Amino acid sequence: MHLDLDQPIHFSRSHRLQWEEAQQKQVILYPEGMVELNQSSAEILKLCDGTRTVAQIVSDLEQKFATAGLTNDVTAFLEVAIQNGWINQN
Amino acid sequence: MAGSIKTNTPPRWLLAELTYACPLQCPYCSNPIDYARYQAELSTEDWLRVLTQARKMGAVQLGFSGGEPLTRQDLPELVKHARDLGYYSNLITSGYGLTEEKIIQLKEAGLDHIQVSIQASSQELNDHIAGTASFEHKKAVAHLVKKHGYPMVLCVVIHRENIHQMAEILAMAEELGADYLEIANTQYYGWAHANRDLLLPTQEQFVTAEAIAQAYKEKVAGKMKIYYVVPDFYEDRPKACMNGWGTTFLTIAPDGVALPCHSARDLPGLDCPNVNDYSIEEIWHDSKAFNFFRGKDWMKEPCRSCDEQDKDFGGCHCQAYLLTGDMYNADPVCSKSPHHGVIQDAIDAAAHASLAANEKPLIFRNSKNSRLLS
Repeated sequence: MHLDLDQPIHFSRSHRLQWEEAQQKQVILYPEGMVELNQSSAEILKLCDGTRTVAQIVSDLEQKFATAGLTNDVTAFLEVAIQNGWINQN
Repeated sequence: MAGSIKTNTPPRWLLAELTYACPLQCPYCSNPIDYARYQAELSTEDWLRVLTQARKMGAVQLGFSGGEPLTRQDLPELVKHARDLGYYSNLITSGYGLTEEKIIQLKEAGLDHIQVSIQASSQELNDHIAGTASFEHKKAVAHLVKKHGYPMVLCVVIHRENIHQMAEILAMAEELGADYLEIANTQYYGWAHANRDLLLPTQEQFVTAEAIAQAYKEKVAGKMKIYYVVPDFYEDRPKACMNGWGTTFLTIAPDGVALPCHSARDLPGLDCPNVNDYSIEEIWHDSKAFNFFRGKDWMKEPCRSCDEQDKDFGGCHCQAYLLTGDMYNADPVCSKSPHHGVIQDAIDAAAHASLAANEKPLIFRNSKNSRLLS
């Protein structure tokens, strides 16, 4: 499964993205497993709400953090995320 | 249990063994052989308190297990409380007694996932191993779990009686639409230890089965995830048991005894504490049992000077105890262990038993046998 640049991305319905107070981290929860996220990964995933494409996620993040040139990093992470089933497109 | 505040990692995984009652009689059950001795069960209020306390410390993955957790009438109430606290809750069930009504009720209560166990790919063998006619019902339950939007995990425990069905088991899981398939090679504790001569496959059988499973993994990539639990008797390094003692996992047995691993009840001298007497925080930080194998001070050679001690923490203490009689020994699965020969002895004994004309019967897990063996 590969990332489609034209399709909006939504967070997987069979996973849960959640703030963990004890760890001070966002985590992904799924059957008998957990992935701890760093801040940038969590920021990307929070924008996967079924309305935004890769380009829109990049531009929102660049705006939010007043920076530029995030395309490669964000795309690379979303490729990993789709391979792991954390996000879907359709 | 007064003690200083330590900087232990908090528990992440809480395994709530709600009951030892089970309609199935699987001869590899991980419950203790003498489970029939422990009749007492925690009340609903006790479980609600345990869930709250463990969540406050940081536990986030929650397994409702047993026995068969569906035999507890308060399961929906516990599930709801778990959801309110923010747990990701997993129901680990035989599927026996699970109706569509219950599946909907648990979904509404906030259950995240259901893991259904199936014993084999054919009705005859499934029902024989389970000791109960349950195959068709389990398949129906698997469909219902999918229908109601749960991620569905199918768990099949592998041993000598069903290892030849590996290809059919994989195809069955795909056909049932499993999102995850756990192929769990039997770990030889509890009832499986008692039945080891009849359950342990040969190395040749393992190699063949594993090759089939690995090839299938690629075939279904992106559709069904396959977790393959390795058979540690055919490894030369031990598993990193429990991710390190008292670092991640907390098991609460049906009677409220807190265990650093679900087999630890069999280890001598741990004085495992009970949630009726202490809070989860006291148990985790201060109890003798949870500090027993924390860190490395307990290690003897070859672990003490081993450069892999941070990788496997010396392996499994229960296995060391069961196979060498000393829980401080290195897990004998390790080829560096002076007791490593006991593994080959076990493999040879199982191979010999499989060729014997008068094979002794499997000891099924039930209260009668539990009392006889206690």
